[in-house]
Amino acid sequence: MLSEFLQYLFTGITIGATYALIALGFTLIYNASHVINFAQGEFLMIGGMTTVSLTGMGVPMPLAIVLAVLLAGVFGILLQRFAIAPAKQADVVTLIIITIGASIFIRGLAQLVWGKEYHVMPNFSRDEPIRIFGAVLNSQSLWVLGVGAVLVVALVLFFTRTLIGKAILATSMNKQAARLVGIRTQLVLMLAFMVSALLGSIAGVVVAPITFTSYDIGIMLGLKGFVAAAIGGLGSGVGAVVGGLLLGVVEAMTAGYVSSDYKDAVAFSMILVVLFFMPRGLFGAKVVERV
Amino acid sequence: MLNRFMQSRLRGLMVLAVILFSLPVFLSNPFHYELATQMAIIAGTVVGLNLLVGFAGQISLGHAGFFGLGAYFTGIMTGHYGWSAIPALVVGAILVGLIAWIVGRPILRLKGHYLSMATLAVGFIIAIIINNERQLTGGPDGMPVPVFDVFGWELSPFGTYSLFGIELNGSEAWYLFAAAVLLVAVWLAQNLIDSPIGRALRSVHGSEVAARVVGVNTARYKSLVFVISAVYASVMGGLYAHFQGFITPAVASFDFSIVLITMVVLGGMGSTMGVILGAVVLKLLPQILTHFQEMEAVMFGLILMLTMIFMPKGLLPTLQMAVSKRLKRRAGGQQ
Repeated sequence: MLSEFLQYLFTGITIGATYALIALGFTLIYNASHVINFAQGEFLMIGGMTTVSLTGMGVPMPLAIVLAVLLAGVFGILLQRFAIAPAKQADVVTLIIITIGASIFIRGLAQLVWGKEYHVMPNFSRDEPIRIFGAVLNSQSLWVLGVGAVLVVALVLFFTRTLIGKAILATSMNKQAARLVGIRTQLVLMLAFMVSALLGSIAGVVVAPITFTSYDIGIMLGLKGFVAAAIGGLGSGVGAVVGGLLLGVVEAMTAGYVSSDYKDAVAFSMILVVLFFMPRGLFGAKVVERV
Repeated sequence: MLNRFMQSRLRGLMVLAVILFSLPVFLSNPFHYELATQMAIIAGTVVGLNLLVGFAGQISLGHAGFFGLGAYFTGIMTGHYGWSAIPALVVGAILVGLIAWIVGRPILRLKGHYLSMATLAVGFIIAIIINNERQLTGGPDGMPVPVFDVFGWELSPFGTYSLFGIELNGSEAWYLFAAAVLLVAVWLAQNLIDSPIGRALRSVHGSEVAARVVGVNTARYKSLVFVISAVYASVMGGLYAHFQGFITPAVASFDFSIVLITMVVLGGMGSTMGVILGAVVLKLLPQILTHFQEMEAVMFGLILMLTMIFMPKGLLPTLQMAVSKRLKRRAGGQQ
């Protein structure tokens, strides 16, 4: 009984931590540019797939991970520079379609390079699973949670303690004013996309041993990240983390106690219920509409 | 002024009719007809979606859900319960309209990305239900749908018919039927756009607060147009099911929702003829790109991105602007 519940909880928190990282990536880009980046999931895919194929070529895993994350960062910069920046005047929907085009493009490239097969990635460490009250906690889950926690702390420090982080925050609050005090906002936007891509690809690497990885893994993970970000309230960092964990746990509980066929349906119903009572998500800022 | 306005509206419809009914000259085999019929049905769906996106300015990322509901309702009623096609389509449309109304009231209060999220969620829930209720829908394997019939008269892609003394095979007859349905769909949409409701919707698009200040009941109009666009999708979904003779949950999928909204944005939001062009282009593009084989997805993504970056207003409005600019320049040169 208890062991069952704990097992579902562990599964939920592990996948929830991944969702939280993806949601944080959404939040970052949303804050900096008010774009919802539908190509966010592709950063995860790039992270996981590049690591797998590099280790397959004999590159040691830590180096492979660093290279994979850097590659995703480059894609983040390219995305902002060549797809988002030229379309400044575009509508919200048009920007969404542009990022969807980008995700189809990146997925197409991945399919060319790596094919359509699923790839298996070994766990980071060979430690025995930990048993708590009869529930099993996989060592890779600990990696996911640990890396997630470190990244969240690093992000907080980045935004509160570094000049670049503060510049991103300033740009998100008021682009005009930021430019007036000498912040190069184009550069800042590029940075936001890069950091978001780094976050996404790290999430993709740590979760790959659990979910496996393939060229199209980014579609569903990206969507779940968007759901998590919306539950928490777009633009809120705390919201992204809480939304991600909540989504993961609810999904795992539904799959365990109700039906795994309907676990996604519950996730999507949850967002409807949350938005029904809180139209701006759990932690969304109250915005006064200017007329 | 009003007279000229009416004329221009009718002119658009006439041009569309001429294109639709002269197209068979260029169609040489059943595959072409199949593609053209699918285009006409999907174009009808997109014309309805455009009322919501292009005129009222509300984004839906879940419209395939309503298309799929319409398709499966007709499929189930005619297949399992022996209904005739027309009552199945009508009752399906009423039910889908009702569902859209119930769901629409709360979610249309949401703005921007939250509304996209909510419509995406509704679409996903519908798709998941269709995927999992195997007894009714056949699950992921799909289900066969009986031939379309009107009071005992059947329209099958494999039959032969005669119209005004001309012999038609089934796929030709289906194309003409779908083209006629599309014309009616466009005519209805244009009437709606030019009615007081249409003006109210455009005011919502312009500024919702301003619209409310001048006394427009914005909530009511938004849910009205949401319902109308869902009914469009439901009817077209039902026709699609009968035409294909077999449906899978793909008709309700998130991917298809994205295809629909992309057709609207690519063709030109707010332009009825534009979104039809969007449907045609997006349906044709994969056919052309199959020559690139493995490069297909790469090319598709690239073309989509580039078009939207360089023509953010969509294909038809951008073309129209270019043409009118050139005409103006020529007129200026003659003076």
